[in-house]
Amino acid sequence: MIDRILNSRLAPLLVLAFLVAVIPLVAPSNFYLRVAALVWVFSIAAFGLTILMGYAGQVSLGHAGFLGIGAYSVALGPEYLGLDPLVSLCLGVFVSAAIAWVVGRPILKLRGYYLAIATLGFGMIVSLVLNGESAITGGPDGMQVPRATLFGLKLSGSATWYWVTAGVMLVGAALALNIGNSPTGRALRALHDSEVAAAGTGIDVAARKLNAFVLAAIYAAVAGGLLALMNGLITPDAAGFMNSIELVAMVIIGGLGSVVGAVVGAAFLVVLPQALTSLHDYEQAVLGLLIMVFMIFLPAGIVPTLRRKMTERAA
Amino acid sequence: MSEFLQLLLSGLTVGAVYALVALGFTLIYNASDVINFAQGDFVMIGGMATVFLMAAGLPLPLAALLAVLAAVVVGLLLHRLAIEPARGASPVTLIMITIGASIFIRGVAQIVFDKQFHTLPAFSGSDPINIGGAAILPQSLWVLAGAFLLFAGLYFFLSRTLTGKALVATAANRLAARLVGINVTVMLAMAFGLSAAMGALAGILVAPITLTRYDIGTLFALKGFAAAMVGGMGSPQGALVGGLLIGILESFGAGYISSAYKDAVAFLAILLVLFVMPRGLFGSRSVERV
Repeated sequence: MIDRILNSRLAPLLVLAFLVAVIPLVAPSNFYLRVAALVWVFSIAAFGLTILMGYAGQVSLGHAGFLGIGAYSVALGPEYLGLDPLVSLCLGVFVSAAIAWVVGRPILKLRGYYLAIATLGFGMIVSLVLNGESAITGGPDGMQVPRATLFGLKLSGSATWYWVTAGVMLVGAALALNIGNSPTGRALRALHDSEVAAAGTGIDVAARKLNAFVLAAIYAAVAGGLLALMNGLITPDAAGFMNSIELVAMVIIGGLGSVVGAVVGAAFLVVLPQALTSLHDYEQAVLGLLIMVFMIFLPAGIVPTLRRKMTERAA
Repeated sequence: MSEFLQLLLSGLTVGAVYALVALGFTLIYNASDVINFAQGDFVMIGGMATVFLMAAGLPLPLAALLAVLAAVVVGLLLHRLAIEPARGASPVTLIMITIGASIFIRGVAQIVFDKQFHTLPAFSGSDPINIGGAAILPQSLWVLAGAFLLFAGLYFFLSRTLTGKALVATAANRLAARLVGINVTVMLAMAFGLSAAMGALAGILVAPITLTRYDIGTLFALKGFAAAMVGGMGSPQGALVGGLLIGILESFGAGYISSAYKDAVAFLAILLVLFVMPRGLFGSRSVERV
């Protein structure tokens, strides 16, 4: 029974929808809704890495670069082109996808450590440009982001943003799950295991990897845009190296390749600093220690490990 | 011309430090296939520990010695507590472990030390020496000479001593090394200790010029990594050439183009080298068996 529920395709989506519905009922204050909205936003970015790293097995240590592109688009569009923030978001997602398509071609020829360092270099360059072009981007101080309106409704307040981000997150999760169960997903998993074998069965390895990379960039840009609109302010830190690392940590701690795992990992890394604010000086040390402990003792991640435990007990 | 020479000299100075960090990467990578992102934090420990030991009243040589020892202990602990237990994990997991270690070391450093910028007094005065119209600080000569001695010492150690040769054998083939009676675990620990010592020495040498703080490690690690990649991962000569090259390019980039993009030079260099020569300048061709 448990086995059948766990293996059903709809199960992850039902779990997430249940969480989305229950949290507002039990949250004691709007602050908790805000933190939850942040979790949904980072989950969206993590879904992209679930596809890229979990399905296709290609690491990216510069993914915050795409998040930064999405985030800055909703600040730059209204400021310089007079566009609506939501139109700017769409434009930013398009730009992010285009950049991923161009950069992805040469980068994805690399493997392992070389791929890691090349993506890292890309992310660093994006964050350096955002920092350096201070006449346009405001440099390290960042930029104000105008409030967005959707169908005449002003998007502000923690509760509104909770539902907006939760909605986008659920759509993103459904898409990621669908891709996982589609021929594309199977092709990505095949090339994850062996590129030569995948190519042997007629899979266009380079094209599939590029698809996954562009998809991941789209997810990251959407997350970045939402983050900027929600906070009303964006700084280059969003595109920084630490943010890239945290995104990767989210998908690995939650469980590589698991959509629910991405949300669990995002929740872990978003809630942790909030919980540690009283121990502010120790925040970095605790974060580093936790990343190490998880990687060493739970390399499969939280969700797959729990799942295995549950199916073992059921069997 | 004098501007060119000036930029070249300052590029060589920083490049020597990058080369030492890259050499530390190379040592650990060869011995254990791990890319150690905490390499830059050894540089930080060297500089910061020396600053604080000197503030406690110790003379510079003793403070520097103790700081290097501290870094070696951290390097050995990193190997024993974080890398050993995760043996056989995937490259991504290993990368995340060392990144976690780097964040952890930084977090502890801001508690043990503080969050301020610190500097060390120059070892032998700060009157610039004039060379062909360019001024060079005596400390830059210390950095260059120190880097040269460390390279030469390491070369001698690896090619002329039995222990060094055992380390090279371990790097070449762990199983074969074990079969001829080399204690591989000790060799791996030694690689971590040596590379920590080298990073710490680099940090002490350069602290009077570039200042030091608890979080300087990240950029040193990334640029050292870039240098190792540009030179070709796993090649000591590559680390030297790559480090100097990145230092010089960075210096020229800052001098002739824009100082805001000084840090971008290293990353552009990595991308270009990887696109054109995916194995770096001195890297060996690797053939994948299926």
